[in-house]
Amino acid sequence: MRARYATLFFTALLLASMAGSILLLRQLDRLRTGATLEDVLYIRSPKILKRMSLGHDGLLADIYWTRTIQYFGSHHRLGAERYDSLAPLLEVTTSLDPQLLIAYEWGSTFLSAKPPNGAGMPERAVELMKYGIRNNPNEWRLYYDLGFIHYMELKDYAAAAEAFAQGSRVPNAHPFLKIMAARMAQHAGDVQMARMLWSTTYQSAQDPSVRINAEVHLRALQVDDEVAALEALAEQYRRKTGHFPDNFSELRAAGMLRGTPVDPLGYPYKLAPNGRAEVSDPENLPFIKKGIPAGYLSSKQAKFLPSD
Amino acid sequence: MNARVSHIARNTFREAVRDRVLYNLIAFAVLMCAAAILVGKISINIERLVVINLGLTAVSLFGIIISIFVGIGLVSKEIEKRTLYTVLSRPVRRWEFILGKFFGLAGTLAVNTFFMAIGVFGALLYVAHHFQRADAWLLVALYFIILQFLIITALALLFSSFSSPLLSAVFAFSLFVIGSFAEDLRGFAAMTTGITRWLALGSAYLVPNFSALNVISSVAHAQPVSAQLVIYNTAYALIYAMMVLSGAVIIFEHRNLK
Repeated sequence: MRARYATLFFTALLLASMAGSILLLRQLDRLRTGATLEDVLYIRSPKILKRMSLGHDGLLADIYWTRTIQYFGSHHRLGAERYDSLAPLLEVTTSLDPQLLIAYEWGSTFLSAKPPNGAGMPERAVELMKYGIRNNPNEWRLYYDLGFIHYMELKDYAAAAEAFAQGSRVPNAHPFLKIMAARMAQHAGDVQMARMLWSTTYQSAQDPSVRINAEVHLRALQVDDEVAALEALAEQYRRKTGHFPDNFSELRAAGMLRGTPVDPLGYPYKLAPNGRAEVSDPENLPFIKKGIPAGYLSSKQAKFLPSD
Repeated sequence: MNARVSHIARNTFREAVRDRVLYNLIAFAVLMCAAAILVGKISINIERLVVINLGLTAVSLFGIIISIFVGIGLVSKEIEKRTLYTVLSRPVRRWEFILGKFFGLAGTLAVNTFFMAIGVFGALLYVAHHFQRADAWLLVALYFIILQFLIITALALLFSSFSSPLLSAVFAFSLFVIGSFAEDLRGFAAMTTGITRWLALGSAYLVPNFSALNVISSVAHAQPVSAQLVIYNTAYALIYAMMVLSGAVIIFEHRNLK
């Protein structure tokens, strides 16, 4: 009987202590906000980490890649302007596992995009891709991504053409690489080229998140085109009548437009009194350069991660 | 195999099972399930890689821990319990006792690895929904892990034949760590001159080389393992284990058990 009481007492004590420790930890977390996601990299040397893993560097690389995702995701959600540990985290990850292709593909996107959508470090992204190419010379996607960064972020069209040309020589390379390398000289900097790059990314990517990112960019390019065309129509109307149309109905009445123009998400465009065409839902159209309503401040970050 | 060696091996296996050594499989199963379910939610596109890296690393580490902690007690526990005297009073030679113990633990580890391998392949099927032809290389990685266990078991047995369990554990684990750095030791030898060079080179060749036996990262990336590496690794692990076991037998033969 006494033994039974003791068991009951200690079971109750165990449960109470467990609940107490959880409650206390929650209090401690509240006191030290963000401590668990602290921006700290205790060991920055990939060589030391590799040795410390005692040969299990593949698993350590997976852990560091997951940590990179968590780091980027948490900062991205908060709209951070700085991502100081991103490049070191990616360097450690890829040094531990130089064949981890996803770390180069995604890492370069995270690094090169301008804040708050990325770290705004295209040069570090180029270094990362070059390291990736040195270790995986037969992966055409890495050359493609390198050319992409040179083209989109650094506007270095010659370097982009060179990267595409090198990639096109890799066995089983996507045929678009050769075309892109050739067209780069003629069409460097124009929207068609950008569209072609994003379309290639969309068609060739296997990762759904990469495809979503490409789709969002393609949508933005479409909006930029459509807004430019609608504004040109409004200007044409002004030249004819001496004033801008108040709405699209006036353009329709003048036989210059058919139906109500809608953006790629299906929302109707709006026409401002000064002839500016604007999107109705800029929140869901990140990366657009035209059609942003006057005074609009974005509260939403671009979708990069599946969890975004 | 000699009948007496095989009897001792069977008993060692039974004893390990009775000591609940195979309970580690439960921890392993929980780890694999958690990894398979969670990793897709917290990372990007590395589900398959994580299952392979984590699975094979866990197989390797669990096995190393078992081989060290069970291996160090193989001889000393028998002396402590005085069961060794009963065994040796029968027509059993000391070398047969050592070999039986070695094969018994090696068998336990092989069974353990077999069940863990089923877990790894199960988790892989869960995350990838199908097997690839390259997944067959995982079997080679698992085979290399078993070769590592043979070396570590032999080392644990060697230390167990003359030292206390605690010191044996320290020695065996230290050799495992040093063995993981064997290639660095060789690199260090190449950078030095004179006696230091020879000492470093000698140590590098004397300690077990575990780095060649670790192909987890490459099989995770579906890279093939050459037949030559399989042959050389097999020969190396068997010869090294034989060398260490010979040492254990020599020491144990001359040990005063009175």
